Amino acid sequence: MKQLLVISGKGGTGKTTLVSSFAALAGNKIVSDCDVDAADLHLILDPEIETREEFSGAKEAVKDDDKCTNCGLCYEHCRFDAIDENFEVDPFRCEGCGMCAYVCPEDAIEMEDVLSGYLLVSRTIYGRMVHGELRPGEETSGLLVTEVKERAQDLAEEEEKGLIIIDGSPGTGCPVIASLSNVDLALIVTEPTLSGLSDLKRVLELSQNFEIEPAIVINKYDLNHEMVKKIETYAEGKDVPVVGKIPYDSKVTEAMIEGKSIVEYLDNDTTDEIENIWEELYRKICPSAVRD
Amino acid sequence: MQITVSAGKGGTGKTTVATNLALALRKEYNVEFLDCDVEEPDAGIFLKPDFDSNQPVNIKIPEVSDEICTYCGQCSEACEFNAIATFGENVLVYPELCHGCGLCSLVCPVDAITEKDKKIGEIRMGKAGGIDYFEGDLIIGEPMATPIIKELKKKTSRDRISILDSPPGTACPVIESLHGSDFALLVTEPTPFGLHDLKLSVDVARGIEVPVGVVINRDGIGDANVERYCKEENIPILLKVPNDREIAELYSNGIPFLDRLEGWEEKFFQLFKSIEGLVERERETSEKGGSHISKSEETKSSKP
Repeated sequence: MKQLLVISGKGGTGKTTLVSSFAALAGNKIVSDCDVDAADLHLILDPEIETREEFSGAKEAVKDDDKCTNCGLCYEHCRFDAIDENFEVDPFRCEGCGMCAYVCPEDAIEMEDVLSGYLLVSRTIYGRMVHGELRPGEETSGLLVTEVKERAQDLAEEEEKGLIIIDGSPGTGCPVIASLSNVDLALIVTEPTLSGLSDLKRVLELSQNFEIEPAIVINKYDLNHEMVKKIETYAEGKDVPVVGKIPYDSKVTEAMIEGKSIVEYLDNDTTDEIENIWEELYRKICPSAVRD
Repeated sequence: MQITVSAGKGGTGKTTVATNLALALRKEYNVEFLDCDVEEPDAGIFLKPDFDSNQPVNIKIPEVSDEICTYCGQCSEACEFNAIATFGENVLVYPELCHGCGLCSLVCPVDAITEKDKKIGEIRMGKAGGIDYFEGDLIIGEPMATPIIKELKKKTSRDRISILDSPPGTACPVIESLHGSDFALLVTEPTPFGLHDLKLSVDVARGIEVPVGVVINRDGIGDANVERYCKEENIPILLKVPNDREIAELYSNGIPFLDRLEGWEEKFFQLFKSIEGLVERERETSEKGGSHISKSEETKSSKP
């Protein structure tokens, strides 16, 4: 069973748009959305939710005001500025470490499980989907991503699916790190802009730190041909293949509004390129597999 | 005044709006700019600061003395993050899981645990054409952005206009970027993804009681649902930036478009004046005991 992760460094380069097309093109797979704090893949894949499980990734300090004597020890010891001068807990800053509960001489603080988000398993016309939704403002996105990945792997084994396609998140922090673990290929979607190149360099370094094989796709490439050359030169220097260059296409947004992946909605240069990219990726990940 | 430019969806134009806004204000005001997208800091590409100093950001990681440790396991039991494990006569620390809370060293009955600084990133400081500029940078491979954003925010001063460029999403680094700000300027695009993630951002901002306003970027590429949503929710749409190839090309080359396209400096200046008016109105309303910030139902609660 192989795992293809789609990440970007920079946000808005087209990860989810591309994953939805791969979902339409690939057979024998499970799809997974690990962009848990801004999940959008379901807007195209239209999942029918089968199970929705609560996920608790952290605890939160809850203070009993009746027991509190305002001694201030919690405030002194909290390293996250989660307790203010009035000795009130700020739930948005609390990291759930338990320090305040430990030092409180009156046992006025309890550590309670937080509902961090949900783990969902769904059915779509493209196959099963495993996804996560972090409740807005919550921490532990990395832990929820790990849960989503593990469930996707279990499902893929049960259903004897050879591939998991994972929609990742922007950035380089804990949700991206969690999504990278054990994948067979990290496809980095970039755009021909200075920001795109700067962010590509960082997320590529991250992938290589974790010894994950990378590949690059340049989206909206006709925006700036000079920048495309810079990205290609950089990629060559790092020995990373550029597996495709997709043109800017205003019909992509039309497809999104219709709730369809581009390859289902259109038949043009854009879709030809996406299909070529998919063929290339599939060859890389499953070189000896029989095609569906 | 502190304004955080944020968005649930990545790539909607936060940095574009934040940098152009800062540039539009610098003639009339003392402006500081904080790039809080510490995983992928890009604002410097547009503001081109001259850096004059930097400062490491550390978290405290436990170090266990083998000579003193009795392998009682209390540190491991106390740690909520599984960052310290005891098995047999071994204690292992997993620095990437450690939040630096200090609880393990406090619970250790034999004082076997000391703490050492681990650098997770840095803050760079300088000036960008009259704007005081601060940028955070998370070391690649480090998981946690929030401690760097916290350090960055300590640099703000209330007698300047602080523009904070937030990371995308709705998780803890975004909360930290929004926390304590006078206004959340949410940048979106008029598409289904833009709308979906805008709703999440609005929930976050309302949950921490920061007033919101919206900028619609790449206006014209999609549909009218974002506008409809904003009207239904009484969220002011403060600026629309059209979908324009020239703006996109300037962006791709690291050029703030108000430098090249007429009329935009004034529009961004007026954007600020609108925000100023809304913040003032919010302050007056709070003083009278009410609030214009309509709360959504999905606010953070601790009970599962």
